[in-house]
Amino acid sequence: MRIRFWGTRGSIPVSLTAADIRDKLARALVAASGRRFASFEEAHEYATRELDFSLTHTFGGHTSCVELDTGGPEYFVCDMGSGARPFGAHVLARQGRRPPTVNVFMSHMHWDHIMGFPFFGPAYMPGAKIRIHSCHDACEHAFRLQQAAPCFPVDFDYLSASIEFVRLVPDQPREIAGVTVTPHLQLHAGDSYGFRFEKDGRSAVYTTDSEHKLENFAESADFVDFLRDADVVIFDAMYSMLEAISVKADWGHSSNVVGVELCQMAGARHLVLFHHEPANDDATLLRLLKEARRLEELTRGGRALEITSAFDGMEIEL
Amino acid sequence: MALKARSYANAHVIPLAGRLDHDNSEAYRVELLSQIEQHAVGGAAIVLDLSGLKYVSSAGLRVFMLASRQAKAQGSRVLVAAAQPMVAEIFLISRFNLIFSIHPTVRDALAAVSAEAAEAFDKA
Repeated sequence: MRIRFWGTRGSIPVSLTAADIRDKLARALVAASGRRFASFEEAHEYATRELDFSLTHTFGGHTSCVELDTGGPEYFVCDMGSGARPFGAHVLARQGRRPPTVNVFMSHMHWDHIMGFPFFGPAYMPGAKIRIHSCHDACEHAFRLQQAAPCFPVDFDYLSASIEFVRLVPDQPREIAGVTVTPHLQLHAGDSYGFRFEKDGRSAVYTTDSEHKLENFAESADFVDFLRDADVVIFDAMYSMLEAISVKADWGHSSNVVGVELCQMAGARHLVLFHHEPANDDATLLRLLKEARRLEELTRGGRALEITSAFDGMEIEL
Repeated sequence: MALKARSYANAHVIPLAGRLDHDNSEAYRVELLSQIEQHAVGGAAIVLDLSGLKYVSSAGLRVFMLASRQAKAQGSRVLVAAAQPMVAEIFLISRFNLIFSIHPTVRDALAAVSAEAAEAFDKA
């Protein structure tokens, strides 16, 4: 199983500004310290191998959209945030003229999680099959609503693909194209659902837009079971710990600190910090990542927990 | 769990020890808030002596936040003192250093409360 991150930002898409790019360029030039390069390739190699992550990357970017490439013929993707646009282009490029079958799993229908669908290329392809799985009654309504006049020029009914809405039941595993998928209720305004994907002994959990009330021990234990022994946990780490339980309590999100604790309790192998706060720049997100790694190191009981911070374009092989 | 405060002029020092985590945070919450209700009166400050605290989890951090809120509601404040390196680092990582006045020793915290509190500590 390979996981590709097409959109990793929470709430609203963001991009680097011209000033951000100039800043990265200036710092790269300082780091190069007068070094000369004979070719673009040589300079590229230097940038790839020697420059710091903060200069050569950005966390971006698009709102939530994460693909699970199971190796089978059907596509699996969590959420249709603005990252669904490049994901759709990837699907079309890979398929050539063959219509794809895409299985979508919706955590919930807040706008940042559906806004990419009107720009999802396969939706406009005759013969394409799109199955949108969710646990919400209002899923189809939400998808239709955002494409209704006057919000969008193409009404949902004019999409050429065959689009089916599939209702899933929380905590009931469902076999879909060779993958076992289990949804789980999460604490978020209007409810959200995490998904656990299992295939060939490997497991990945997608859990975003999920707040954890630390005083609720039953909820914590229940969630630890959901994450139990997962190979990868894609986790809503939108806020710092302080924000999550003070000024932004009840906003439906979590923190890097709680992500580390839950994954340690569950014996998960790899924590991916996800759904980044749009106000956080690259430096802040890197600091949150370093602090999460340090906390894991300080509190490690047994096996080490690998921790990364998701960025648009990142891939993880399970 | 029983927490016992020591008083120094207009400050009360409450020592915490062991681990403060998911397993005992509720008991800690009840006991600590009770202590604050009792002592954070008449402008007296609360100093949490963390010299014996080995670990604090997110559930424990929440207890600190609730303690700070209650003290504030009573017109008081909570200072943190003598945290062991791991606990001090967890405060930084969780950004709790932004809402607590953190001091290397109990005496430093008492001095930040008042000269009388520090003097009472020196004489004790």
